[in-house]
Amino acid sequence: MAITAFLTDSTLCIGCKACEVACKEWNAVGEDGLNWSGFSYDNTGAVGAQTWRHVKFVEQTPEPGFGGNAPEMNSWSFSSDVCKHCENAGCLEACPTGAIVRTEFGGVFVQPDICNGCGYCVVACPFGVVERNEEDGRAFKCTFCYDRQKVGLKPACAKACPTESIKFGEIGELRRDAENRVAQLKDRGMKDVEFYDASDTSVGGTHAMFILRGDPRQYNLPPRPEVPTVYLKKAWRGSAIGALMLLGGAVVAFMADGDRR
Amino acid sequence: MSTNIKPAGEGARPTRHTSELRLAEIRREAESTGNVVAKGVRPGGAPFPQASPETGYYGIPLLKEPSWTWEIPLYFFVGGAAGAAAVVGSVAHYTGSDRKIVRDARWIAAAGSVISPALLISDLGRPLRFLNMLRVFKAQSPMSVGVWTLVGFSGGAAAAAFAELLTDRYGSSFPVRVIEQAGQAASLLFGLPFSNYTGVLIGATAIPVWNEHAADLPIHFGMSGLSAAVGTLELMGNHKSRALGALGLGAALFECWEGLKIEAQQKTALEPLKRGGSGTLTRAGGLLSGPLPAALRILSLLSGNPKSLRKAAAVSAIAGSLLTRVAWIYAGHVSARDWRLPLGIGQDK
Repeated sequence: MAITAFLTDSTLCIGCKACEVACKEWNAVGEDGLNWSGFSYDNTGAVGAQTWRHVKFVEQTPEPGFGGNAPEMNSWSFSSDVCKHCENAGCLEACPTGAIVRTEFGGVFVQPDICNGCGYCVVACPFGVVERNEEDGRAFKCTFCYDRQKVGLKPACAKACPTESIKFGEIGELRRDAENRVAQLKDRGMKDVEFYDASDTSVGGTHAMFILRGDPRQYNLPPRPEVPTVYLKKAWRGSAIGALMLLGGAVVAFMADGDRR
Repeated sequence: MSTNIKPAGEGARPTRHTSELRLAEIRREAESTGNVVAKGVRPGGAPFPQASPETGYYGIPLLKEPSWTWEIPLYFFVGGAAGAAAVVGSVAHYTGSDRKIVRDARWIAAAGSVISPALLISDLGRPLRFLNMLRVFKAQSPMSVGVWTLVGFSGGAAAAAFAELLTDRYGSSFPVRVIEQAGQAASLLFGLPFSNYTGVLIGATAIPVWNEHAADLPIHFGMSGLSAAVGTLELMGNHKSRALGALGLGAALFECWEGLKIEAQQKTALEPLKRGGSGTLTRAGGLLSGPLPAALRILSLLSGNPKSLRKAAAVSAIAGSLLTRVAWIYAGHVSARDWRLPLGIGQDK
């Protein structure tokens, strides 16, 4: 079974949100609020329990010459965000029921028939993706269209994307594609093109990779995400010290106290 | 779920009414003079925020807030107190100390062994599926380790208390003594991690204020649990015990030290512990857990151990322990809402 991935190329994204719609249709994801953010064309804000794909509308300082921007207008970037399907996934490590598993395609999948809604994955995700649906009680996020992949289909978002901004395929091939694409864009003069897959952090790389223009932070992508298991060692050491202090203190206190029966 | 988006320039936005008035004014001016020098109506929320390396993605938080409900801080408090009480009671039992302390500690632990799982289960999104947590054991998940610790602790504490009940009613017998010893040993063994694992639970997460303090949280929570356990035992009529007094003083002094340590650290990630509502709550909890009971206990030592001072210290320590857990969870929410930290913006100036 091939290990698969998404490569989301924001230089090709036109912000049409077909991926969001296709995802909602295929996976029967409910509505995520009909709110106006009041400050950008993005009225959704972030991925969550009811939003598994989310197109970010990144309005930046004007930079003439690209994308047909008039010099006085803000420059636009769109980027379709999704669960990163981390190589070292915080949610998967944290899940106490074993509901969250790694599929044969390399994705991270929450089994809805196992999840009991403990909410620990929510605070374990360094990308703020997985979320508990308070009406349903369970945690939800992108399934990487596990059902579609099982029968050899592309995930719904990649299938629907009209500009091939969302590419889906074997992870090694996509990495090579990304390398070529970044080189090509730099040749054309886009000096600020970046490839983002968090492979140099404790997350160990992601199965949702991005080609971005400019700093990843303006796309709400953390420059140094950490899988929370990196804190386990010092926390359990603290727990051992705490236990010893408690036991030692009690032994000393009761031994020193001559008041025996 | 939709994120609750707040515009960055909130407050600057004119109401619909004022902007309409301004429009009417401009029209009048245009009609009468044929020329308008005004800048016109400022659109709501202007100047519009931009996404940038300094402002992130419009200041929308990257991390999700904990979805835990009110049961969880209460669970931290009850579990901590019950675990520490089991340890204190077991040590009292094995060192042959005051029999009443052993007895009362067993009842505190037993109460905790019932209340804790009830709180934990009621927080679940799908409480009926609690048992799914017992289909696996995952050493890398503090939640999984914690649930198994809870199961072991609850069994042990309940067995010890049950044996106590049987002995009271029917006198001692061999099988009852076996239940008693096994229960006591289990409640000591599992009580030790149970008293402080909740510090690991929140320390090993993506929430900055929690993981920044991951090494200290378990010790902090353990000592907070000890304060509450000692306080409860004292309120149950063990206020004359010198051993308990010493333990209570030790825990209170540790909490003083912990508070000073938090206050001394100038880290952006720890700001929710010092500012705003969560900061106030943290400091109030710290005051009630540390300096106040410490002072009361020292005073009581100096004035011949009067009941009133010991009980006041006990009440303060229990309230402080509860407030401390609530404050830490609250601070976690504040920390998750701070979009700057995970993006590495404005960190540790």
